[in-house]
Amino acid sequence: MKLDFAYMVMTVLPALILAVPTSLLLLGTSGIIGNALAVPVAVARLSRNPLLWMPAYLFILLMRGTPLLVQMYLVYYGLGQVLSPATMHAFPFLRDGIWYAIFALSINTAGYTGEILRGAILAVPHGEIEAARAFGMSRFLVFWRITLPRAIRICLPTMSSEMIVLLKATSLASTVTVYEVLGTAQAIRVDTFRVYDTLLGAAIVYIGMVFLLTRLLNWIERALGKDRRPLPGTTARPAKA
Amino acid sequence: MAIQPDQSLWLGLAWGDTGWADEFAHGLVLTIEISLCGYLVGLTLGMLGAGAKLSLHKSLNRIGDAYTTIIRALPELLLILLIYYAGTSALVKILVFAGLASEELQISPFTAAVSALGFIYGAYLTDILRGGIEAIHRGQIEAARAFGMGGLLRFRRIILPQMIRYAIPGMANQWLNITKDSSLVSVIGAYELLSAGRGAATATKQYVFYYSVTAMVFLLLSVSSMVLLGFIERRANRGVRRV
Repeated sequence: MKLDFAYMVMTVLPALILAVPTSLLLLGTSGIIGNALAVPVAVARLSRNPLLWMPAYLFILLMRGTPLLVQMYLVYYGLGQVLSPATMHAFPFLRDGIWYAIFALSINTAGYTGEILRGAILAVPHGEIEAARAFGMSRFLVFWRITLPRAIRICLPTMSSEMIVLLKATSLASTVTVYEVLGTAQAIRVDTFRVYDTLLGAAIVYIGMVFLLTRLLNWIERALGKDRRPLPGTTARPAKA
Repeated sequence: MAIQPDQSLWLGLAWGDTGWADEFAHGLVLTIEISLCGYLVGLTLGMLGAGAKLSLHKSLNRIGDAYTTIIRALPELLLILLIYYAGTSALVKILVFAGLASEELQISPFTAAVSALGFIYGAYLTDILRGGIEAIHRGQIEAARAFGMGGLLRFRRIILPQMIRYAIPGMANQWLNITKDSSLVSVIGAYELLSAGRGAATATKQYVFYYSVTAMVFLLLSVSSMVLLGFIERRANRGVRRV
């Protein structure tokens, strides 16, 4: 059993590249849902009402304190046990592991990003919020127009490294029968007993995806971080968050 | 072990032949063992990596950079599979070639798990330890040099005690991460907490209950680790005045 470059390039890599959209689908959907859910999680966590902050605290603790793989199994096998056969019959798409993977990845991201966003909301300069109040904005409007956009900009670097973590975490979906990049590589490995070609092929594809995602996130950070760029004609380094 | 349908689920958590508590306890012990051994391997590699990255030799810098960049870009699960399937067979070949082992040598999943986790966390710890060393005031090292201390003595007396304080928060985070990532090694057949939970869940078909129990034991491990690490951090900072 040797590393066969021709086999890897001609057979394994095309199959893995065909699986990239599945990985990106997992990343995109759970990234959007997870980050959107992170906002109410962070707001509830910061609330003074124990009925709001206690559940949020518990949720964040659960998501951050237990392994994602356990969460994935709990969602996949647990929901499979709870959902009645009639429901499964009515919604045939529920047999597909990808929905459970998206669900698990989304709530996990919501927990991690929720905690990051909480810190960022606290870091929004108080004067800006007071100014918005003085303008007569309602509490919701202040949050929507001032606090949230400022908080997102503050935690953007942390959030983007969280997205890289999420891209890597999508590989766990292979354990619940989703044929994303790692799942496909594993399937070829089991079929052909080729260890090096398949797993190294997957490594190449993941390095490529991480590289491209990093570039994309850097571009977004630059586009959204206009306030941190030095003024034209100055050489001052942008202030750190 | 047979669970009657009318029995309470909690009876499944009895100790011994009638319940799964002893399996969970065994799994927890192995999770802690795998994490601890992996962490120690990671610390060793992290020290070497930090040394390489801070070295004055360009080639060592490049090796350190390549190590951390590649490990950070790859999913942990893929790395574990890669080290288990590809790494161990390569290692066996090297050992056989060197005449140190026979063809029948089998690397146990435990060893593979520890080396895989150690290799991954070595990369993360490299940057944390490097940051800790870089945070030390240059004058301290220069002063030690002026006293005529050699490299090893300087490291033991000046660098190590000071860098630990800077590195502890990052090191604590990586400990919490490694205890959670150790669940991934159940995929390569190493027995740990998640394997115990899966055994109970598939045998009884009570997935929700037993995976929740697994999650709770992991949470217990995380929370008790956090308490312990907070204590260690306070102790490491005992000589520093809080502003």
